[in-house]
Amino acid sequence: MEGLLTVRLALVFSILQVLIFLSTPTSASPLQDIRIVNAERRIDLSSHIVRVYLTLKVENTGASPASEIFLAFPPTQVEQLAEVKAAATAGKRKKKTYVPLTVSSTELPDAPNGTKFFSISLLNPLNSGETVTVEVLLVLTHSLEPFPVEISQSESQFVYYRDSAIILSPYHIKEQTTFIKTPSTKVESYTRVEPTNHVGTELKYGQYDDRPPYSYSPMMVHFENNHPFAVVEELVREVEISHWGSLQITEHYTLVHAGARHKGVFSRVEYQSRPSFSGVSSFKQLVARLPPRVHSVYYRDGIGNISSSHLRTNTQKSELEIEPRYPLFGGWKATFIIGYGLPLQDFLFESSDGKRYLNFTFGCPLVDTVVDKFTMKVVLPEGSKDPSAEVPFQVEQHLETSYSYLDVVGRTVVVLEKQNVVPEHGIPFQVYYKFNPIFMLAEPFMLVSVFFLFFVACVAYLHIDLSIRKS
Amino acid sequence: MGGSPNQPSPTPSAANVSIKPDTLFSGFSLKNLKLKTKQQELLIRVSILCLVYVLAFITRLFSVLRYESMIHEFDPYFNYRTTLFLTEKGFYEFWNWFDSESWYPLGRIIGGTLYPGLMVTASLIYWTLRFLRFAVHIREVCVLTAPFFASNTTIVAYFFGKEIWDSGAGLVAAALIAICPGYISRSVAGSYDNEGVAIFALLLTFYLFVKAVKTGSLSWGLASALGYFYMVSAWGGYVFIINLIPLYVLVLLITGRYSMRLYVAYNSMYVLGSLLAMQIQFVGFQHVQSGEHMAAMGVFFLMQVFYFLGWVKHLLSDSKLFQVFLRFTVTCSIGLGALALVGGMASGYISPWTGRFYSLLDPTYAKDFIPIIASVSEHQPTAWSSFMFDFHILLILFPAGLYFCFKKLSDTTIFIVMYGLTSMYFASVMVRLILVATPAVCLISAVAVSATIKNLTLLIRTKSKTQQTGSSKATGSTKASSKTSLDQSPPFGRNVAAALLLGAFYLLSKYVTHCTWVTSEAYSSPSIVLAARGAHGGRVIFDDYREAYFWLRQNTPPDAKVMSWWDYGYQITAMGNRTVIVDNNTWNNTHIATVGRAMSSYEDEAYEIMRSLDVDYVLVVFGGVTGYSSDDINKFLWMVRIGGGVFPVIKEPDYLVNGEYRVDKGAAPKMLNCLMYKLSYYRFGELTTEYGKPPGYDRARGVEIGNKDVKLEHLEEAFTTSNWIVRIYKVKPPSNRL
Repeated sequence: MEGLLTVRLALVFSILQVLIFLSTPTSASPLQDIRIVNAERRIDLSSHIVRVYLTLKVENTGASPASEIFLAFPPTQVEQLAEVKAAATAGKRKKKTYVPLTVSSTELPDAPNGTKFFSISLLNPLNSGETVTVEVLLVLTHSLEPFPVEISQSESQFVYYRDSAIILSPYHIKEQTTFIKTPSTKVESYTRVEPTNHVGTELKYGQYDDRPPYSYSPMMVHFENNHPFAVVEELVREVEISHWGSLQITEHYTLVHAGARHKGVFSRVEYQSRPSFSGVSSFKQLVARLPPRVHSVYYRDGIGNISSSHLRTNTQKSELEIEPRYPLFGGWKATFIIGYGLPLQDFLFESSDGKRYLNFTFGCPLVDTVVDKFTMKVVLPEGSKDPSAEVPFQVEQHLETSYSYLDVVGRTVVVLEKQNVVPEHGIPFQVYYKFNPIFMLAEPFMLVSVFFLFFVACVAYLHIDLSIRKS
Repeated sequence: MGGSPNQPSPTPSAANVSIKPDTLFSGFSLKNLKLKTKQQELLIRVSILCLVYVLAFITRLFSVLRYESMIHEFDPYFNYRTTLFLTEKGFYEFWNWFDSESWYPLGRIIGGTLYPGLMVTASLIYWTLRFLRFAVHIREVCVLTAPFFASNTTIVAYFFGKEIWDSGAGLVAAALIAICPGYISRSVAGSYDNEGVAIFALLLTFYLFVKAVKTGSLSWGLASALGYFYMVSAWGGYVFIINLIPLYVLVLLITGRYSMRLYVAYNSMYVLGSLLAMQIQFVGFQHVQSGEHMAAMGVFFLMQVFYFLGWVKHLLSDSKLFQVFLRFTVTCSIGLGALALVGGMASGYISPWTGRFYSLLDPTYAKDFIPIIASVSEHQPTAWSSFMFDFHILLILFPAGLYFCFKKLSDTTIFIVMYGLTSMYFASVMVRLILVATPAVCLISAVAVSATIKNLTLLIRTKSKTQQTGSSKATGSTKASSKTSLDQSPPFGRNVAAALLLGAFYLLSKYVTHCTWVTSEAYSSPSIVLAARGAHGGRVIFDDYREAYFWLRQNTPPDAKVMSWWDYGYQITAMGNRTVIVDNNTWNNTHIATVGRAMSSYEDEAYEIMRSLDVDYVLVVFGGVTGYSSDDINKFLWMVRIGGGVFPVIKEPDYLVNGEYRVDKGAAPKMLNCLMYKLSYYRFGELTTEYGKPPGYDRARGVEIGNKDVKLEHLEEAFTTSNWIVRIYKVKPPSNRL
């Protein structure tokens, strides 16, 4: 795997070098070799996580084959970008198949105004005159800005979304259209960049023809969005492996309502008697999707058990419905802990080279939430060696040691950290380690020997006469 | 029969066993068998003790099973918070802790105003477990501290019982105290309070002292001083020890039981105990300066006089001369003592008795002079029903036990009799002191049970022995043999004895079922979480307290000051992590009265008071929606009384109509417009609580409220919990002047 990566990196670098070499003397960018024939962008604003679906039909007009395509983003948007996924489509209509493509962050030399780039590596280099259709999914977080910033209990929440009406691209775009889907028909205002059309919950920008590279036209939509803005500021998931047959998961949440801040009174009468008007932007319930066969689930916080939760299980998945102690209004916080056990055989496997590996899901089990700071801790059993983690995207890794019941040397903990985690990151990752089953017996042996010594001491005490003087 | 010391006294348990070896009789030699019986007896005794130990622990776990592993009620939350601090910051930080989160703006010197025994004990257990690599949370340790010490108390009770009577009585005492509701009420899992540890320390100190008096050994005296030190560090109830022991010594002196053993025991215990007790900051020099401790000091000097007289008597052979000397010395010492006492009192060196102490001697004192003591429900005089509830058959066994004790008077039985009688008196003065009486009642009852059962079994056994010797000749005709044995027996024969024995077992089993029932029904509720039966028979949980406290913790500024009635102070600081104006450590009556005054004033007057106290939030507890009766409206008259005690502006009659307390239309106008009323009933008039009743129907008091149109000017509703039990209001900043 690592070998592959280096090869790819080398490839990227060599291409970059070639690009630089080509660009300097002629001052004509090789980017101009590529043209986007047709671009369609669909921006989904219905939740607080913004998803942009981009369909690009790319044509190589140059002489040399191109092996990658660049996507351009304004610097502010890059910070909000949680995930970029790309796939090449093949076939028409119903027989369409998607082949995932690798995406990586790159730099281009003559980027105007600090534009940031992502490059999509194509499977086969695009030869001169050929076209390819690429589908791109962008996931943006914290890109909806509430306005007014503070609302009272009975008001609805309105937010701004800012972007460019014209797709920012290093390439010439021949035809492009942008569709924006809002959660309701209530749109306060939007920037008009003709032709602009607003019908129901859809806002259409375009079609715009023949826009040169790096065209930009700022636009803004102000619309109603009462979707729960559930943001987990910090999530620590701890997976503890016990070779006695169970996996214990503990998740520490710091949840916040990141929408418009609550202002003034909170009236329980209104909240109870007029639920459809009062506190529409607040939420009091969240759903966590847990793996099937989950057992001993608990839900508590710093001061004790929280009794309002329901667990529904079936063979496919388990759903845990949790209610924080109080409904969350804008700016209100809640911290809590969810813990559960899972059968070991569903997640722990043995690889061909004799190593064991844990196959577990990354990301936050709460549906439709953003995690600002995510920490995954995999606590390996005492005595395991050579831990290594394999995650399909960039994460920070380090090792720690923790102590649990009757630990002497401590357990190795593999810590994986990532910022800005969205539901799209909920994919499996693996942690490999070596473990000798003899270590499983260490703790029972310790207990047995302690009891044995205790009884021996008792027996000895009963048979020893410690008195100095016989009475 | 009790007074036959020459007879070897097998315990009731041993009685059962000793029948078995008879069948093995032929196989072993006599010496071998004897050892065997003794070992068996030991084995059975140890296993019974172990079972009792485990039983005492698990019977206190009802609350954990019914609810969860959590801290209960009010004071335990403070103890939990301080323990948390101790484990996190270490001992020296704890000792020097100035807490600015309570009694704003005064603050509280925690290290100097608390008994650290409980916290240090829990921390030590926690650190030990951590050292042994048990990854427990400090909360679990705190929750289980009280049951653990209750188990230890049973062991002490066993040894104590063994000391005053025999090992059989010890076993019975251990079993009785393990499940006695009077003790369980303060030591269920989660009831993390001083008493949980203190009863153990109390009984241990008494046991060690009795042992010291019995043996005259310095080491036992030292041990009892250490036990006393632990008790002083754990609970203010140590005053009971330091008064009971001198009283006991005095009684022994008067009854002519003075001995060198007593001299050694008391002096070593008193001197060392006092010196050690002075190490506790909160107690300080009270042992030499406070009126409550003077009795012990007086008896100490009296002992010296006694010793001195004994020495003089030993030197003087002339008894007439001695009589003169005696008279002289006694008058001198009494005169000196009285002079010193009066001088100390007059100069203020010796502080007078505190109000709490007075209220123990005169039950009406608190009601007239200290409303803050009288307002606490556990300081009320005890009703007969709660005696029956907490002691059950022990109440009947107690006098019987006293009878047995009097029959076999010794230094130890005198002690237990005095302990029983004095603590019974205190128990009847204050409900919470039933706890102190419980060990004594259990021990004395155990004497009664053990002595009775032993007598009865002995009666049966002697019969069966004669029967056995008789039946060796004529087996088969059991009827005839029993008849012959009946003929030989005293008036009440073997059958009567068996029936009595059965009756005793029936009573004891009744006791067990009663205790279990009381524990599970009455004493295992954490009072933070309320449970009720729903309409469909399911359990409904009202978790409003924690909802509100957690809301405070998460959604208010970290330096916000919360005003509430003092009952909730500890909980707000521990669970809400916010600064409070007053809390359950009622050390400053004026401060509490200020809060009481604010609650009972009109809103604008209250606003001035709240501004002067920097209050940001006001928290009230309201049970009108759920029918929860111990809410602030029902406590309100105490706020008026305590407020009025310091600020005469507040007058109780203003809130009453013809001496009647009401909240409906006929309520007093001041009542309908005071802050507490407004905060409790704000927008309550719009709510229909019960089907078929008008809106604004208060379910806790069963009336329609009198003022449905409550307008607030200086406060606004910040949060109300889902069942309206806790309501939090924000104090608005003052409006700008134009």
